[in-house]
Formats: sequence, C-alpha cells, structure tokens
Amino acid sequence: MPESLAITKISDLANPTRFLGLAARILPWMAGITAILFAIGLYLTFASEGDYQQGMTVRIMYVHVPAAWLSMMCYSVMAMSAIGTLVWRHPLADVSHKTAAPLGAAFTLIALATGSLWGRPMWGTWWVWDARLTSVFVLFLMYLGLIALNRAMDDPSRAARVSAVLILIGFVNIPIIKFSVDWWNTLHQPASVIRMGGPTIDKEFLWPLLIMALAFTLLFFTLHIAAMRNEIWRRRVSAQRRMAARMAGRTPAKEA
Amino acid sequence: MTALLLRDLKLSVRAGGGALIGVLFFMTVVAVIPFGVGPDLNLLSRIGPAIVWIGALLSALLGLDRMFQTDREDGSLDLILMQEHPLALTVLVKCLAHWLGNGLPLVIASPLLGLFMNMSEVAIGATMLTLLVGTPALTFIGAVGAAVAVALPRGGLLVSILVLPLAIPVLIFGVSASYAAVEDPAPFMPPFLILVAITMFFAVIGPIGAALALRNTAD
Repeated sequence: MPESLAITKISDLANPTRFLGLAARILPWMAGITAILFAIGLYLTFASEGDYQQGMTVRIMYVHVPAAWLSMMCYSVMAMSAIGTLVWRHPLADVSHKTAAPLGAAFTLIALATGSLWGRPMWGTWWVWDARLTSVFVLFLMYLGLIALNRAMDDPSRAARVSAVLILIGFVNIPIIKFSVDWWNTLHQPASVIRMGGPTIDKEFLWPLLIMALAFTLLFFTLHIAAMRNEIWRRRVSAQRRMAARMAGRTPAKEA
Repeated sequence: MTALLLRDLKLSVRAGGGALIGVLFFMTVVAVIPFGVGPDLNLLSRIGPAIVWIGALLSALLGLDRMFQTDREDGSLDLILMQEHPLALTVLVKCLAHWLGNGLPLVIASPLLGLFMNMSEVAIGATMLTLLVGTPALTFIGAVGAAVAVALPRGGLLVSILVLPLAIPVLIFGVSASYAAVEDPAPFMPPFLILVAITMFFAVIGPIGAALALRNTAD
C-alpha cells in the first residue's frame, strides 16, 4: 500500500529528531542542486537574446515570474500545513506554516518589486491598480498579517492553530480575488497595459524561464527546510532555558 | 439562541457598547473627506459611493475586537463554549446580533451621508442597498479575526490588519455595484449578485472558522 506507507513516513517525521536527521542529510544536496540550477538558469538568461521590442528588460521576467509563482505556491504549502495542524495536530506542520510565512512574504515582495521595475519602462508607470497587481499586493498583506499574528502570541502551539484557521480562510479568498479580474477591469481602464493568460512564449524564452522556475522552487524548499530546522532548534533552546531557569530557582533554595 | 441575540443586542445598544460610536466614526470619516479633497461638489458626487463604502468598512472594523473580548472578560465565553449547541451556530447568532447593533446603524446612516456627498437619489439608494447586503459579510469575516485575536491583550489593531485584506472583495463589488447603478454601460445586477454570493459564502465560512479559532484559543 503506497498510501499508508506515505502516511507512516509523514507521521514518522512528527518526531523532531528524525526530521532534523533528514534535514541534515538532504539540505546540502538541495542547496547544491539549487546553486547549479541557478548557475545554468542565469547563464541561459543572459545568453538568450533580448526581445525585439523590450530589449534587455525582458530578462526581468526570469526573476519576476518564478517569484510570483512561488508566492502563490508558498501560500498553498502553508494551507496544506494548516490542514496538517488542524486535522492531525502534526507538530511539524505548525513549524512549517510558521516558517513559510516570511519566505512567502519575501518572494511576494520580490515579485512586486521586479514587476514594478519592469513596469516602469514597459508601461510607463511603477504601479497600476490592476486586478493582478492588487491581488498579489493583498497576498503580501496577508503574509505580513500572519507574521504579526505569530509574533503577537507567546504560546507557539496555540499561535500555530489560530493562524492555521486564518490561513485556510485566506486561502478561500484567493480564487475570489482571481475571479474579480473581469469586474475590476470593467470599472477601471480596460486591460491594455497588462496581458493575462499565457501568451505564446518562444522556446528561447521558455527554457531559461522553466529552469529559473525550478531553481526558485528548490531555493524555496531549501530555505523552508532550513528555516524549519532553525525553528525547531530555537524551540529546543527556549525549552532548555526555561528548564535551566527552573533549576536555577531550585538550587539556592536547597542550599538555604 | 434568541436570548443570546437579545442579550448581545442590549449590550451593544446600551452605553459603552460602542454601536453608536461606530456610526459617529462613520460620519466623521465621511465628513473629513471634503476637507481633504476640497469641497468640489461634482468630484464629491463622483467619488461619493466609494467614500461611503470605505467609511462603512472602517467603522465596521472598529467594533470587531469587542465581539468576543467582552464575553471573554466576564467569563461568558467559557459558558458559550460549553454549550451543547454547535458552536458555529452560536457564533452565527452573535454575528447577527453584532450586525444588528453595529452594521445596521451604518446602513441607516448612509443616505444622510450620501446627501452630504451630493450623490443622486439613485446612487444613494444603490449604496444603501449594497451596504445592506455587504456589511453582514464584513461582520462574518470580522468574526474570524475577532476570534483569532480574542486571547491577545491588544488585539484591536491586529484584527483590522488581518480582516482588511479579506474584506477587499466585498469592497470591490459593493462599490462597483453602486457605480453601476448610476453609470449607464455597466449593468447593476451582476456585481450586486456577486456581492450577495460573497455575503452568503462568508455566512457559512465565517462562523465555522470563528468557532474553530475560539475552540483553539480557549484551552
């Protein structure tokens, strides 16, 4: 039964020590592959010819599109972890969606910033209140809100469960934002500056883009696993500090 | 359930409940706009529906953090959690009471503010109608935020930050329906019906999410 095997594998990881062992084993590999993919992707990016209309600025796409894609994927990972938190009370899921939020915020910020830099020469403006831009900006705000919520609560497991509820509610909102595209455009200027949907990309642009997307995805997972490892260590340190403080309170009492 | 509804309503209407403060805040926000953009009546009538909607959104956020906090402070939240009724149903009733106490006054006050903004009768009617349909959605979304932040000592600002991004679709369709009623080419019904759909959607999702969050913060 491959399914039950997968489930036992995942529940095995509930033991933080096992996860730390796994992380220590695969992290160097993932980091290495990420670096190689980035090297290939960046080489292809700069080796490929510029667009005949956009010139050099088309190279922004190779950073912008993967970052935008990852900002969505990161939220999906968080939503899956949130389900893991609420349904199975998986301790690793708590750590997972807590540490994914800053990463998601960072990728969303990269997507927004590069998109803005790209928009300046292409559209003649830094920012348009277009449905796509606005919905990504809302996503950024949701990430920041989740980070703020996690910081506001002392008890990590309670913070995890509560923010998991919020993550799931926020995930429900994403399709609504996406469907609002048409309505938003009828209200404001017609969609002349931004073109949505996959335009037919030439192979010359497609290959670097795909490799960069893969590199970004691996970068995310590398950073995510590293951040989860750090979070587990941080919790251990704080638990040991609490224990030490308790012990320190006890020993002078004995002596006296 | 009826007793809970009446109790919450009484609490919100009587002094200290904050229902009237919400309306006052609403009127103040809208009254501040002409000072900011200038008293140009044509401009005001054009941006009027949007301003009224934004004012309503902000003042709907204002009272949210008190939704479960007062119950937590006097201990009745624990009694509510121990009830045999499904918690989501109780939360739904609390949402309704909160809306009747805080949302409905905003809807009633909106025509007056529409007059201030030099809006036409059709625009005032449309704005009032969209507010009537849209503000419950704000309450239902806000219930989740309020439940999430109930255990925090100063959760008020955090509730607003968490709820505002989720409330954006409501704002989009509320404003676009209000404009569609005035401007000819755009039809009124599609955005209005989507607004209704959003409200009904959050009427289901909101209480369930809030109940889940309350159960998780309580222990």
